[in-house]
Amino acid sequence: MKKYLSFFRLRLQMGMQYRAAAFAGMATQFFWGFMLIFAYHAFYESNPSAFPMEFSALVSYIWLQQAFLALFITWRFDNDILAMISDGGLAYELARPVSLYRMWFAKNLAMRLSEAALRFAPVLLVAILLPKPWGLSLPKSPLHFLLFLITMVLGLLLTIAFLMIVYGLTTRMLTSYGIRIFLSSVMEFLSGQVIPLPFFPDRIRTVLEFLPSAGMQNVPLRIYSGDLTGEAMIRAILLQLVWLSVFAAAGKLLLKSAEKRAVLQGG
Amino acid sequence: MIHMENVVKTYKVARRNAGAKAAFRALFRREYELIRALSGISFTIEDGEMVALLGPNGAGKSTTIKILSGILYPDSGRVECNGFVPYKDRMRYTREIGVVFGQRSQLFWDVPVADSFELLRDIYDIPEADFRKNEAELTELLQLQEILRTPARQLSLGQRMRCEIAGSLLHSPKILFLDEPTIGLDAVSKLALRQFVKNLNEEKKTTVILTTHDMQDVEALSKRVIMIGKGKLLLDGTIDDIRKEGESLDESLVEFYEGIDGMTGKEEEQP
Repeated sequence: MKKYLSFFRLRLQMGMQYRAAAFAGMATQFFWGFMLIFAYHAFYESNPSAFPMEFSALVSYIWLQQAFLALFITWRFDNDILAMISDGGLAYELARPVSLYRMWFAKNLAMRLSEAALRFAPVLLVAILLPKPWGLSLPKSPLHFLLFLITMVLGLLLTIAFLMIVYGLTTRMLTSYGIRIFLSSVMEFLSGQVIPLPFFPDRIRTVLEFLPSAGMQNVPLRIYSGDLTGEAMIRAILLQLVWLSVFAAAGKLLLKSAEKRAVLQGG
Repeated sequence: MIHMENVVKTYKVARRNAGAKAAFRALFRREYELIRALSGISFTIEDGEMVALLGPNGAGKSTTIKILSGILYPDSGRVECNGFVPYKDRMRYTREIGVVFGQRSQLFWDVPVADSFELLRDIYDIPEADFRKNEAELTELLQLQEILRTPARQLSLGQRMRCEIAGSLLHSPKILFLDEPTIGLDAVSKLALRQFVKNLNEEKKTTVILTTHDMQDVEALSKRVIMIGKGKLLLDGTIDDIRKEGESLDESLVEFYEGIDGMTGKEEEQP
């Protein structure tokens, strides 16, 4: 385990070096957050009764989403890993006593945590200071806050478990750009990154909430404000656990077979 | 001891003719061609030997090294290294070997070399005392004092290669694989590297298996030469089996290749 921790540490240190990217990211996230909130506000004004969430819950959802963007976006891959797969650097990884799955998982986790660590605090700070109804509200209760933190960890792990499956598929192809874009975009849409899941028509939403994608950002961001609570919340957390184990098993299987049938590209 | 017996390895390669029509047809029906990288290679290497694998591009040298270092599965045949079947016992076997690929880097690009070394320490579970000792020794021998604190991306090729070699030896491997270690190096670095590898082999009795296109490497380093061409074993002997009076080794080598059916002019690059 120690070696994967040390991978994690090194990648984390590396990630903390990129200050300019962090500033740029933060600026984008502020801008994007405001834009979304203004757009939803216009909908809300036109017909508050048709709005599927409390407006304050939606605003919290958006600010948390922007602050923790780096944890949940489905299209953020580790370029080192992709390069390694396409140019044959994979050989080096296999020539050492490491499991590809654990090492890549550790790398991705560290990358996302370091990116989030540089970005989330200023966004949250400003969002909390904003006047009603534009700012981030406090969590519904201490229990909801605790569950928010726990489900955020689960959601992050599930997101990475999804990426691992994509890396696994990537090792089987000469060019993987197509499948990567396709899967990431579908996941992004279904996870509530573009539109929060409560805004989908009821029937579709019922299905979406059973999918693995719902366990990524949807669960923690809605638990925070109390939009997801009671029985529905418990079911959502259980589903997170189920999907996490399914995805992890699938990813491990894929990478195990990649280790065996690695066709190493580029000599 | 390293033992390969009748090892066969084929790659599947997608092929199509040039042009839009062929490209369109390939959307529906892919044609694959099986390329035989190794067709029945056998040899044995004893502990502490230093062996050069020779052969033109695409001959199967890299495939051989990759099978021996646990990276690739052969299609058939038997492979055994120090009591392990490399590709099956990968996690345990790779602790005993060091690998340097001249055209790749195992160092983390964005952090100082020393950080990469500490990562390697944890990957191989090297006890702290051994690690310090090995690191100090390698730093001294390969003159890394100045560059350990530099990020790998800012090193020159020669500096980087010295770091790669050091990185592959931190865990005191019993076997060292060097895949084109001198490629692109200047004369000074080449000489230093050869001397270092020679000493390593003589003093620590590390088995060294290297591939190279540089005949001076071979001359300076290895008594034993294994030549592979078109996936077959062409020669298992010494450099003197190739050398001819009054010619450079390169010339003799070309003549040697020409003496074997269809060896030159038809080199195929393989994955």
